[in-house]
Amino acid sequence: MNIYILYPEITVLLLTLLIVIMDLLLPVQETRRSLAYIAVMVLGCLFISLFYQYHFGISPYFYNKLFYFDNYAIFFKQLFLLAVIFTIMLSLDYADDLRYSGEYYAMLLFSLLGMMVLASANDFVTMFIGLELMTISFYILAAFKNNDENSSEAGIKYLIMGSVATAVTLYGISLIYGAGHSLDFNVLAAETRFFVPLMLTGIVLLIIGMFFKLSIMPFHMWSPDVYEGAPTPITGLLAMGSKAAAIAVFIRILFVAFLHTANYFLPVLAVFAAICMIGGNIAAIKQKNIKRMLAYSSIAQVGYILVGFCAASPQGIKSVLFYVFLYIVANIGAFAVLTVVDKQNKGTDDKAIAGLSKSAPLLAMVMTISLLSMAGIPPTVGFVGKLYLFLAVVEQGYIWLAFIGFIMSMISVYYYLRVVKVMYIGKANNDYINVSAAIKITVIISMLTTLLLGIWPQYLSVLTNFAAISFAL
Amino acid sequence: MTDSLLSMILLAPIVAVVLLLFIPPTAKKSIKLIAAMATGISLLMTIYVYINYDNNLGGMQFMQSIPWISDLGVAYTVGVDGISLPMLFLTNIIGFAAVFSSWNINERPKEFFILLLILLTGVMGTFIAGDLFIFLLCYELVVIPIYIMVIIWGSTKRVSKEYAGMKLTIYLLIGSAFMLVGIVALYLQAFPAGMRTFSIAALSQAHLLGTLSQSFQIIVFLLLLIGFGTLLSMFPFHTWSPDGYAGAPTAVSMIHAGVLKKIGGYGLIRLGLLVLPAGAKFWAPIIIVLALGNVIYAAYVAIVQKDLKYVIGYSSVSHMGYVLLGFAALNTISLTGAIANMVAHGIMSALFFAMIGYVYEKTHKRSIDKLRGLAHQMPRIAVGFMLAGMSSVGLPGLIGFMPEYTIFLGLFKVYPFLAIIAVSGIVFTAIYILRVLQKILFGPRNYGFDAIPDAKGPEMVPLFVLGSVLILFGIFPQLLLGMINGTIAPLQSFLQALNNEPSLLVVWGGIW
Repeated sequence: MNIYILYPEITVLLLTLLIVIMDLLLPVQETRRSLAYIAVMVLGCLFISLFYQYHFGISPYFYNKLFYFDNYAIFFKQLFLLAVIFTIMLSLDYADDLRYSGEYYAMLLFSLLGMMVLASANDFVTMFIGLELMTISFYILAAFKNNDENSSEAGIKYLIMGSVATAVTLYGISLIYGAGHSLDFNVLAAETRFFVPLMLTGIVLLIIGMFFKLSIMPFHMWSPDVYEGAPTPITGLLAMGSKAAAIAVFIRILFVAFLHTANYFLPVLAVFAAICMIGGNIAAIKQKNIKRMLAYSSIAQVGYILVGFCAASPQGIKSVLFYVFLYIVANIGAFAVLTVVDKQNKGTDDKAIAGLSKSAPLLAMVMTISLLSMAGIPPTVGFVGKLYLFLAVVEQGYIWLAFIGFIMSMISVYYYLRVVKVMYIGKANNDYINVSAAIKITVIISMLTTLLLGIWPQYLSVLTNFAAISFAL
Repeated sequence: MTDSLLSMILLAPIVAVVLLLFIPPTAKKSIKLIAAMATGISLLMTIYVYINYDNNLGGMQFMQSIPWISDLGVAYTVGVDGISLPMLFLTNIIGFAAVFSSWNINERPKEFFILLLILLTGVMGTFIAGDLFIFLLCYELVVIPIYIMVIIWGSTKRVSKEYAGMKLTIYLLIGSAFMLVGIVALYLQAFPAGMRTFSIAALSQAHLLGTLSQSFQIIVFLLLLIGFGTLLSMFPFHTWSPDGYAGAPTAVSMIHAGVLKKIGGYGLIRLGLLVLPAGAKFWAPIIIVLALGNVIYAAYVAIVQKDLKYVIGYSSVSHMGYVLLGFAALNTISLTGAIANMVAHGIMSALFFAMIGYVYEKTHKRSIDKLRGLAHQMPRIAVGFMLAGMSSVGLPGLIGFMPEYTIFLGLFKVYPFLAIIAVSGIVFTAIYILRVLQKILFGPRNYGFDAIPDAKGPEMVPLFVLGSVLILFGIFPQLLLGMINGTIAPLQSFLQALNNEPSLLVVWGGIW
């Protein structure tokens, strides 16, 4: 048992406990920023150390292959670290107003722990533990704004819908166990009796549960309300981390455990991808609240990511990893801006962001570039990501999917540009918006990454290729 | 040194953008000077390249290639030949003029010039890219700066500037979606996995290898035609163009009508014809019919317009019809004419829009009925109008004559009957151009305009620069046609081979 491969999880767990204890020791009135700084430091070191864990050859595993530490898992762990580090950075000002800011950071780290477990999970029990650790932390985080009706509503709604999804998932898993006599992905992959009704029902229920977590249309009803009500940094993390984690484990389920049935469910996934791309983009057009708009746009984004699933090839998985990365980077920028606007202008609707280009030119620029990256307009990395996705899927013959994808992404420009328009020609209600150093660093990193990778994506492309070869497709 | 010359031309505006980011928005003069210097440097280097390009050698020169993305087979490749170098020259000369025609912008100049420089970089990159990926990158880079420039600095007349900007953006982006699907299919089909490349030169050889079947070429060419045709304002995808130009600020109208549209024509030749020859041949009759729609219909509409910008907007749609005619006739003479006409139309429409910009800036009027006798108070602006107008009508000795003549010459060899219809478009052109010039420039003195100054100082730069090119290329058309011909003439056998490919006419049973 090479327990060392658990070191990222162990580090995060110890860090979380440290923060919980320190929170108890600090006087009530004192700011909890110190805890946040400690967390950012430790997570940053962990992020860098993971670069040295990429390897050739056989991937290390823990406890009878229930927990993998392959390049794919490492890549996703780095993504989650990135998302949580920046969420903490942009929460600094925001959390000062919360009553339990110490617990806020602790919950963020617990959710991170859940995501990291998910990335490595290679059997349904490990997956379930990771999934629950992550979502339960999110239930609490979504309702974290005390005395705020919307936030409480978001938390309760997320809890109820999430629990239903969990129940469906769990039921599906139990049926799969009944038919396949195992919960281990590798063992299930060797299983040949897939076409018993019990197994198929189980798979369908499991996929529905995952669709809930990914908020794929038509299982998306919870997401706009939750996105709107949750504290803004948490909305960001929901959009980035929880989706990325669900994608991480979904790929493993589909392409390790049920690889043999892939030919049967891929056309279904293609249809859902098309529904997401069309429905998400069209529903986003009418939204006046930016957070709600981003909720629908993230449904469309997951649609694009599902396109990569349909390719069912190493290139497809590579393009998914590439896209998830750029999606996270773009969201970091967008939600950093929204957090500042939400705090200073009390809201995230059109009125709050109006005239942002005068009151905070840097933020307006970052917002524009992040949104364009989501829309896939060069020279942002979003364009390269979409090119990879559609190249992979057209190669498998789904040219109609690429057609829908390209057309819908151009239509999405309409509502993204509407935000740009409000920012650039709207009348500002604030002459000057104060932007803290942490936010500035966050947005500049996000913007430069988006632009540099958009022009020269070589390194990310190599890294994602490396992570994608973990799969024997 | 000469290897990286084109990259330096491309980088000069980008360096200026980075520089401008650190300059306080109140330092208006320095912002304008930096923008002028950056475009000036690019222009000088372009002129150097233009002079040193070897016409006899032809083909791609000043090439530079750097590996870029290994798994996609992308290399950063730039180079110019007789098709792209005139376009690069056009871009830089109009860019330089556009900076000076925006000299009086005092509302948020920092953002304006940053966006203008990004826009110019995108256009230049499209013309010199030797790699399809870099081409796409630059192609779509231009759309968003234009949108922001239209909604901030645009003007609301017949349609609101927000509407105009959004219409323009969405039309071009949806068009580009079709093009992107076509390019994705082309990339995957041209070479087997592992050997794939975005290199335009390599893709141009693919049809010789037989990997691109005839039906495949026909379908993909249609996708490209929709994409590039929208950008070129091909009838019936042209409606964004007059609205967009009317809403846009002067510099954007100049660049858009002057060079951006030409990307459509350039793309059709570079990707449509050279990569998918069978597709081009198949759709040529349809293009001709649509192009006649451009030439005749748009000219007809231009006659009744009341707003100056709409007249020139429709006139540019009409002139792009000639480019399409030259393209679709598919012989060396007509192609040479088409490319030369793109340059000619670019220069004159930029000059037109610059002059309209001045008139609007000074009198706050753009309606033809309200303007008259401008030649009394603004003789210099009147000269600009006359030069652009006469060139548009096709007066020999100005830039507009030779290219149109060449197109008709080429067209007449293939479709004599249609060529006669197309020539009649010149009559309509003469009607609307002469009517506008006569109404706004001449006639009795309008005493209300007495206090308004003529163009002077930096405002004279666009008139001088564009005007001199207009006359220079008019008197010495060989400067332009010689260069284009150096690249097009070797295509003779390539185009001859196309005669055996089927066209839509065969399907129709040869009713023409």
